[in-house]
Amino acid sequence: MKCHGGTETQRNLCNLCASVAKNNMNKSLLSYTLYLADNALIIGHRNSEWCGHGPVLEQDIAISNIALDCIGQARNFYQYAAQLTGGDATEDSLAYLRDTTDFKNCLLVEQPNGDWAHTILRQFLFSTWQYYFYAALQKSKDEQLAAIAEKALKEVTYHVRWSSEWVIRLGDGTEESKQRMLKAIDSLWMFTDELFIPADFESAIETADTKNDWLKKVSTVFQEATLEMPVNVRMITGGKEGKHTQHLEEILNEMQMLQRMYPGAEW
Amino acid sequence: MKTIDENIWSILASVSDPEVPVLSIIDLGVVRDVIIPSPDEIEIVVTPTYTGCPAMDVMKINIRMALLAAGFKSITIKEVLSPAWSTAWMSDAGKEKLKAYGIAPPQYQKPTTDAFAAEESVSCPLCNSTDTKLVSQFGSTACKALYQCNECKEPFDYFKCH
Repeated sequence: MKCHGGTETQRNLCNLCASVAKNNMNKSLLSYTLYLADNALIIGHRNSEWCGHGPVLEQDIAISNIALDCIGQARNFYQYAAQLTGGDATEDSLAYLRDTTDFKNCLLVEQPNGDWAHTILRQFLFSTWQYYFYAALQKSKDEQLAAIAEKALKEVTYHVRWSSEWVIRLGDGTEESKQRMLKAIDSLWMFTDELFIPADFESAIETADTKNDWLKKVSTVFQEATLEMPVNVRMITGGKEGKHTQHLEEILNEMQMLQRMYPGAEW
Repeated sequence: MKTIDENIWSILASVSDPEVPVLSIIDLGVVRDVIIPSPDEIEIVVTPTYTGCPAMDVMKINIRMALLAAGFKSITIKEVLSPAWSTAWMSDAGKEKLKAYGIAPPQYQKPTTDAFAAEESVSCPLCNSTDTKLVSQFGSTACKALYQCNECKEPFDYFKCH
């Protein structure tokens, strides 16, 4: 029965429309899963850049372990995305062969590591969002996303704690550490709004209202760190739509180089 | 005569955590189920400890090798994420083995996001003193934190609660 242009009832009965709706839903679910995977991969990759270069040994190990946790999350999401994509898609093809404009990560995670203050602040802002986001996602209608979130939440709890402690140490530390924190806030705060503005594919699947919880946690930690919450900051968005800063291109050039030059390489 | 199940459990008990070789995958609580759909097929259901744990891939390979060596031909290893693995699943025997190996076993308490939260004191696995301090929440592997004993001065790993 053809109905295009008909009433909603007619459309609900139409097999073709049902099939189109289902197709769109599947596309949204895939985009949503890739978004979550890309977030985790890019911040994991950024953190891994510290490996061997950390300010002291214990923190070098800490940031490397956090990177590992994030890459683990990315693997879980990419494996699910590969399943949703079908064909010969694998976690590796999705991570290593997609172009910059196909990546859906938020802009915050692709920002450069800068100094330790930049890195720990980026982690704090992002992990705090992830904490509330995964807490909601573990109740998702999609069983696999819920399972990944439930698992990841345990590890993200440690990330929030570790990064909060660093924000406080550096904010309420020496004059120099405080200045570095203020510079870091200046560089990164403009990318935070994007976390709370759902992309189309998010609205199609499910959204969670995490902004208030996030603001509360961030302001509590900032207060203890004797840092002021920024106001009137012009926000930048676009990552979820594939509009990235040049930083992502640089990251992918380095990360994807081997697989692009020698497809299927293993060692 | 051993039942098929006992035989399989003992094969699985021979597969250890590559990072902590005193612990078997049974001690860790990683094996969730063993399904035998037909006499020739076997399916092992496992759950990963940490999301990014690189040892999981090694453990899965080792499970396969152990079952192949025991004569099984058709082996499937399935990973399930839910319910999420918890240190509460670690056997008491496993905790004893960890301590003997020099790693403080997990004391179950729900982790918190609070900065500088007071930790329940962890006993030194070497001298048993409770006068110990946390050096870093992240130790030699993702699952462990680094502590130091104020009494005997030795550093040691603590298997984090999860």
